[in-house]
Amino acid sequence: MRLIQGLLVLALLVVGAVLVRSTADARHQAVRRILLVLLGLLAVTSVLVPQAVTWVAEALGVGRGTDLVLYGLVVAFLGFIASSYRRTRALEGKVAELTRRLALDEEAREAGAAAHRNVTTDGTAAPEETPTRAERPGA
Amino acid sequence: MVGASGTGAPGDTWVVVPLYQEATAVGDVVRELRRSFPQVVCVDDGSTDGSADQARRAGARVVRHCINLGQGAALQTGFDFALRDASTRFVVTFDADGQHRVEDAHAMVERLRDGEADVVFGSRFLDDRTEVPRVRRVVLRSAVRYTNLTTGVRLTDAHNGLRALSREAVGALRITHHRMAHASEIVSLVGRSGLSWVEHPVEIRYTDYSRAKGQSLLNSVNILVETILG
Repeated sequence: MRLIQGLLVLALLVVGAVLVRSTADARHQAVRRILLVLLGLLAVTSVLVPQAVTWVAEALGVGRGTDLVLYGLVVAFLGFIASSYRRTRALEGKVAELTRRLALDEEAREAGAAAHRNVTTDGTAAPEETPTRAERPGA
Repeated sequence: MVGASGTGAPGDTWVVVPLYQEATAVGDVVRELRRSFPQVVCVDDGSTDGSADQARRAGARVVRHCINLGQGAALQTGFDFALRDASTRFVVTFDADGQHRVEDAHAMVERLRDGEADVVFGSRFLDDRTEVPRVRRVVLRSAVRYTNLTTGVRLTDAHNGLRALSREAVGALRITHHRMAHASEIVSLVGRSGLSWVEHPVEIRYTDYSRAKGQSLLNSVNILVETILG
């Protein structure tokens, strides 16, 4: 196995580990930012010294510099998918909590109003619906 | 009519029915349920076909998600609703499409009442009442194998919407898989929390309606991915 293969597999495993780990605290954000700075430095270096990428690629056992960049991009992209999946999941959880709270509170209010009305009339659920709908903002 | 008198103390049981686009079926389901269980709550998960009105007209309390979140989230909302009622002792989960039998639910609550376990899972594979279509049987069997492997709870049917839970069990569960992977999640949460559980043989009525509405088998791929990625 060539060196690059080992490195790529390792990178993929790291991405997988990030995926499994719990999400999004300040430490993770810091790591992401450090990686971003490193990426920026690498980009600047490769622009100033175009041969550098090729040297590194050859040292790693990859034929061309562009191939190395491509591999790096694939790994970075997978990492992006992984972290955005985690973040979306976390966000979905918050939306669900919010929706649940709204739904339960609204039901409690309607049930309270219906119970109040039942003291005087034998009202059904139907008459209360129109005002409730109207006060709810559109989706 | 069975009537409330023939069922012990039904005021301590809430039946949670997750509801999404079942306007044609939910009315009958709720009416049938309420002969044995007067307290039925439908959690309408953002339906646009008037499901909520049908359920309300049939006598159910209706909690409405203003946006569609998924069945797992709807169940959790129903659990929270039931827990707000201090007199709740048992919670039943029951599908809105009419595939479950009320008698089965009733028998499951009785087993809880007898103190047999904290959770009673319905299983369609414990007797031969249910004719499970062949492809579906293969998928369900694989799902069970996977769930048994990963949760340490040995069930015969992992994706059955009919369950009965004690108040303690409901309080101990927190469903975070909002779409369909919640079925395995509930099993694994029960396994991890140390709650006791039993399975109860139930019949699934595969009508043309429930077959058309039931989840597509392709969706099992989604369930698998959601379960693995957590």
